[in-house]
Amino acid sequence: MTLSRRNFFGIMAGTGSMILGRTKKATAWESKAPDNPYACLVDLTRCVGCRKCEEACNQANHLPPPDISFDDKRVFDTKRRPDDSRYTVVNRYYGGKKNEQDELLPTFVKIQCMHCQDPSCVSACIVGALTKKDNGAVHYDVSKCIGCRYCMVACPFEIPAYEYHNPMTPQVRKCTFCFEKISKTGGRPACASVCPMEAITFGPRKKLLDIANKRIHENPGKYVHTIYGEKEMGGTSWMYLSAEPFESLGFQKLPLAPPPKLTETIQHSLFSFLWSPILLYSVLSGVMCLKNKDDKGGSHES
Amino acid sequence: MSHNPYPLQKKFFTPGVYVMLVFMLAGGVTILARFIGGIGYVSNLTNLYPWGLWIGIDVASGVALAAGGFTTAALAHIMGKHQYEPIIRPALLTAALGYTFVVLGLLVDIGRTWAIWKPMIYWNPNSVLFEVAMCVMIYLNVLYIEFIPIVTQQFKSRFRLLGVLEEHLDKIMWIFIVAGVVLSCMHQSSLGSLMLIAPTKVHPLWYTPILPLLFLVSAIAVGYPMVIFETTLITSSMNLDAEMDTLTPLSKISIYLLGLYMILKIGDMIVRGTYIYLFDFTAQSNAFLCEMGLGGVVPWIMLCFEKIRQSRKGLFIISCLIIFGVLINRINVFIVGFKPFYSTTSYFPAIGEILVTSGLIATLMFIYRLAVTWLPVLSAKAKKGGV
Ligand code: SF4
Ligand code: SF4
Ligand code: SF4
Repeated sequence: MTLSRRNFFGIMAGTGSMILGRTKKATAWESKAPDNPYACLVDLTRCVGCRKCEEACNQANHLPPPDISFDDKRVFDTKRRPDDSRYTVVNRYYGGKKNEQDELLPTFVKIQCMHCQDPSCVSACIVGALTKKDNGAVHYDVSKCIGCRYCMVACPFEIPAYEYHNPMTPQVRKCTFCFEKISKTGGRPACASVCPMEAITFGPRKKLLDIANKRIHENPGKYVHTIYGEKEMGGTSWMYLSAEPFESLGFQKLPLAPPPKLTETIQHSLFSFLWSPILLYSVLSGVMCLKNKDDKGGSHES
Repeated sequence: MSHNPYPLQKKFFTPGVYVMLVFMLAGGVTILARFIGGIGYVSNLTNLYPWGLWIGIDVASGVALAAGGFTTAALAHIMGKHQYEPIIRPALLTAALGYTFVVLGLLVDIGRTWAIWKPMIYWNPNSVLFEVAMCVMIYLNVLYIEFIPIVTQQFKSRFRLLGVLEEHLDKIMWIFIVAGVVLSCMHQSSLGSLMLIAPTKVHPLWYTPILPLLFLVSAIAVGYPMVIFETTLITSSMNLDAEMDTLTPLSKISIYLLGLYMILKIGDMIVRGTYIYLFDFTAQSNAFLCEMGLGGVVPWIMLCFEKIRQSRKGLFIISCLIIFGVLINRINVFIVGFKPFYSTTSYFPAIGEILVTSGLIATLMFIYRLAVTWLPVLSAKAKKGGV
């Protein structure tokens, strides 16, 4: 192989200007979260476990009929996770709350995609099939998806599900935040509008945070002083109020920094404008040029 | 030092080759089943464990163990250490085959196989996986280009055009060689960044922000042991000279590379204080101790003894241990250390997953053998002839 000096210095000069041209602007990571998207506030003290939300979700998304019918309470005997046939499930916990007879009282917890403000799944998706919309929904575009399932690896709430038994055209399945519905003025998610206890409040995120804080302060002793989802993983569009510690109700204690912060910082500080590959390329060609100089012609086969 | 790679032209069908064929057949049938019944039909993958054996071994370990290709190219071509040229071709062949199988493994693993081309159109530069995919794709092509001279050399006497191609290619080959090294550094490290998006799921013994650096250094460190491993394997199975005079000095470099890797890993453990998990006696802590001890400390100590390095057997054992260490590391990061919060069971690969992976590995070995038999890859002389 031959690598002339001219080539080499050409590359070096090119790199130099590339790197200089790169403004010294700090590559500090910035959140891409919408300022005041739609959100839902779930008040666990109101939920009675009627599973009307599950049923409404099933119909709104044309999902297959459930294994255990929506009015059968035996379903609570096991803890369920959302999957490709149900985007939301209600689980029963005994978090320690008791009645006057000293019997443990159940708390029902509805779970679904949290529609994170800086979603890991969106940052991870290889093709950008998942996007965070301005209205708050984390939206899935099946026409781009290749089925790598990296979104599922990434999601801290362990939500996206996969159609493992579809051989050719499987999809990632998760709560859509009823994207179509909430895109229309006055539209609300199916689960939120059906709830008979008004346990799910739909509205702009900032307003819901005000409502949540108001409920906490107007009912001293009723709620724990945390709004789950306000800050967890950079904040989410679905948030929860509870009378019992969240950890006893199946919620994880999560870090506050959104995971994409670390990965995107690494990726962009290493690869923005491809500066490091170009630099490495020039250095290596330089070394190659010098080391093989005396080796006339150097035409060893490769 | 002159070397002349030549096709071995030895008997191809040995009992070992028949074993390979059996595995290939079993793998093929399983792949067929996957495309009829879906991924769930042949695997134990679930919503909580979306990645398993196929990503952990076929992709992550495959890429790491194919590192011999770029490390030898860097040594012999870029650093100008021409005495190592005899090992370039076998390493290149392994890399080209290895990466081909990474892609084949991916084709089985991803849900929408026919959509594999989509990342070329729909870009997400925030995604680590996107960068890995791009690098692997380009690098695979670079490897094929680097491989062309081996084919042209064999057939140019029959087709004149190939000779012309070879000549022109030779002039610009340096572009591809350097590109190969750069691309490798990029995706070897990014493979480590992949799991950083899941801080709550990866066990703290492995979850560290320097995971990309650890992946890069370990890939470089495993490159030469991998070359030693396969050279020893193929020369002994084909009854050739062991090329010890190339391999022993090569192993000396490993002292520094493996040493650096160990320092980084242990230092990281001390800085993050994760040594508190070391003696938990969970699957994770045991796997970590096994990875570090058997796959790191032991071979490093062995490497320090000149005597062991000079014996063919000793060198082979060292290489096996280092390869084992890196292999276990990748499996640990992607499978053993991956513990989702809501999981009630742990993941263990299904027989179908194992059959696909073993089938792919058998195919790789089969083609490797095919290539060294009919193409000028190896330079080792038949045993008694000497070099
Ligand atoms: S909960 Fe999971 S799937 Fe939903 S937006 Fe957040 S990261 Fe994505
Ligand atoms: S499975 Fe689909 S949506 Fe999920 S990361 Fe891969 S391409 Fe994106
Ligand atoms: S927002 Fe829509 S998709 Fe999500 S759980 Fe409610 S009804 Fe189901």
